[in-house]
Amino acid sequence: MVATLLRLRFRVLGNQLARSPWQLVGFLLGAVYGVLLLAGIVAGLVALGFGDIRLAGTVIVGAGSLVTLGWALIPLVAFGVDTTLDPDRLVVFPMSTSKMMVALTLAAVCGIPGIVTSLAALATIATWAHWPAAIVAWLVSTPVAVLTAVVASRTVATIAAGVGSGRRFREVAGILVFIPLILAGPIIAGLATGFTVNADTLTEMVPLLGWTPLGAAWAVPADAAAGDLAAAAAKLLIALATLGALWVLWRAALARSLARPRLASRAAVRAGSIGWFGRVPTGATGAVFARALTYWTRDPRYLRQLIAVPLVPVLLWFYARDGDPLVALAFSAPIIAFIIGIVVYADISYDGTAFGTELATGARGRGDRLGRILAAAAVAVPLVLLAAVIPFAFAGDWRQLPGVLGMALGILFTCYGVCAVTSAQLVVPVAGSGDNPFKRVPGTTFLQGMAFFGIWLVALALSAPAIVVGLIAYFTQNAALSWIAFALGIVLGTAVLVAGILIGGRMLDRTGPVLLARLKAMKNA
Amino acid sequence: MPPAPPAAPAAFAAAAAATNGGVAAEVAALELRGLHKRFGQKVAVADISLRVPTGSFYGLVGPNGAGKTTTLSMATGLLAPDAGQAVVHGVDVWRDPVTAKAMVGNLADGVKLFDRLTGEQLVTYNGLLFGLSHDEIAQRTADLLSLMDMTDAAGTMVVDYSAGMTKKIALACALVHAPRLLVLDEPFESVDPVSAANIEDILAGYVAGGGTVIVSSHSMDLVQRMCDHVAIVAAGRLLVAGTVDDVRAGQSLQDRFVELVGGRRHTEGPEWLRRS
Repeated sequence: MVATLLRLRFRVLGNQLARSPWQLVGFLLGAVYGVLLLAGIVAGLVALGFGDIRLAGTVIVGAGSLVTLGWALIPLVAFGVDTTLDPDRLVVFPMSTSKMMVALTLAAVCGIPGIVTSLAALATIATWAHWPAAIVAWLVSTPVAVLTAVVASRTVATIAAGVGSGRRFREVAGILVFIPLILAGPIIAGLATGFTVNADTLTEMVPLLGWTPLGAAWAVPADAAAGDLAAAAAKLLIALATLGALWVLWRAALARSLARPRLASRAAVRAGSIGWFGRVPTGATGAVFARALTYWTRDPRYLRQLIAVPLVPVLLWFYARDGDPLVALAFSAPIIAFIIGIVVYADISYDGTAFGTELATGARGRGDRLGRILAAAAVAVPLVLLAAVIPFAFAGDWRQLPGVLGMALGILFTCYGVCAVTSAQLVVPVAGSGDNPFKRVPGTTFLQGMAFFGIWLVALALSAPAIVVGLIAYFTQNAALSWIAFALGIVLGTAVLVAGILIGGRMLDRTGPVLLARLKAMKNA
Repeated sequence: MPPAPPAAPAAFAAAAAATNGGVAAEVAALELRGLHKRFGQKVAVADISLRVPTGSFYGLVGPNGAGKTTTLSMATGLLAPDAGQAVVHGVDVWRDPVTAKAMVGNLADGVKLFDRLTGEQLVTYNGLLFGLSHDEIAQRTADLLSLMDMTDAAGTMVVDYSAGMTKKIALACALVHAPRLLVLDEPFESVDPVSAANIEDILAGYVAGGGTVIVSSHSMDLVQRMCDHVAIVAAGRLLVAGTVDDVRAGQSLQDRFVELVGGRRHTEGPEWLRRS
């Protein structure tokens, strides 16, 4: 059974690659990247073997702990876990939970990240080969280290999926939970700067990681090499206990999620209360506006796109806290505008095949573009305005506000204009409506990633005049220039916006059926 | 992607005129001329030409994968054909989609709905897309919901509907702008018998009032009972089309269908599947 599932996993990957040459290209580029990364790691490990034993231990334990942490956190952030073998789909087969867990673990080890991690972990022998005792320890601890990382990943994924199964809960908590996680970097960095990081403290700190579940397995050969067999044994015990605890936790979470698949909550509103639909003028623009705005407030996938709004000021404040935070915060509005403006670059993807409803009515592309942009703007413009005004209110000096506003609104409008065109051409695989918004969706190609990057550049280039003038005005404290930046942002942004709606609308009239056909080809749309 | 011009329009027109016994002067509610669609290596629809007379109740039947959904998608402007034309009341769907689509009510199979909206919002959304006034939409939505026996579920999100309720709300969406032609892909799938009977009544009344319905279905009994015309497709080709009585030629539609399509096996299933 386990072998069958492993074969299935590779068959799915093979079929995906066979479907389109571009997926194969993306896969090969990823593979080349993995091989190069691996080569670098092996070279480093070989070099470490000729160095000081303490340095070798520090580097391997530190890097190993980061790898384990990464595996545990990855299911929570955008990439998510591989859903090729979803426990929900395996539940119909007569298979015990333990067997399923073994299969899922092995499948994860045999994925690309799993293979790279395993090979890198095995490659530590290049370092440890210089110490006979470490070789023995390596034999035992390496599988434990890799399995801990993989099992931690699956445990977190299962728990996260379970937590996210109540809809209302998922919509709000599911998003908020990720804010501290994304902020983990600065928080850790903040603690680290508290200890005034330098090479010495690092070598003091990292060995401590070896006593934690994160680094224990990685630290066993280091202690063995140093001849401290008692410490090695103790750490091996910690590592095994960690793995055991994770396994038990995973089993409990899995059993619970399989026994109680999905809560069916039935939130109903009073008949006759149709929200925005009752307040918009009739026609395609009004209909699309009301529909899109309802989704912006009701669909976790849209809420997720707003996650940047609280994060940007916090991060800016954090990185500038030793200088002048208010200067940095003044730029949160343009940055927020860019992030929440550009995310709609393929927003028809979020419609899924429901886009067919709109297509079947013959609604004009121009109305669709305008409706979508108005809905996105109804959410984004107030947030951007707030982000722009608040820092100046704290500073009490309003002279540079026009420039910042010009930059922010200019960027926002330009992004909308650019996205009005690109989203008439592009659909990308996204989590389906009702899925966990952080679920990884197979099928995103390398080419799409490049396209997204290109769209960034175009949007930035088109809003460059306001950005450049605004920055000069701000840093020279020139009030007149600030007003010029304001005018530039509004005028050029509006021009790009109008052009985008006209061009994108005309395009969508033609490309609508093509987009629907592509959405239909994506299985979860 | 602009639709390719039909390969031989004159020939198709002649064929259409011939099959209709020279009454081509009357504009058909839906006329398909040489529709062709291929997905990669697989030809999904090969040269389907079909004339749906105004006021008819037209059944489109065929085995799974016969190309019914593909054909109807091309007829309603959801999928661009590789070749051929679809004409609704004299308007080419791919040349003037806005005018053509305004006359069509479409219940598509295999597309989702905006299921984060409540049933009432979804019907209203469709009404707004067609530019109806708010008063009209409110009145029609209430009527449709009560016709579908869904007044209680008006404020529930479509995502929480059962499969049958979802079908019914999709049908309500297709009806809200009072189309001249209804294109229904599998409208009775998962719908309970009472609702199905209600929907049948609605459709019969709609046809009696001068509307045209084309419906794809797997239920031969239903097609034989409700439809006056039927077309049988298999493997992307049109096998036969005409009035139900002509097509079934004295047999039941079920038998005639099996005879034409083939593939019926008389067996009790494999030995190991029998318990006694």
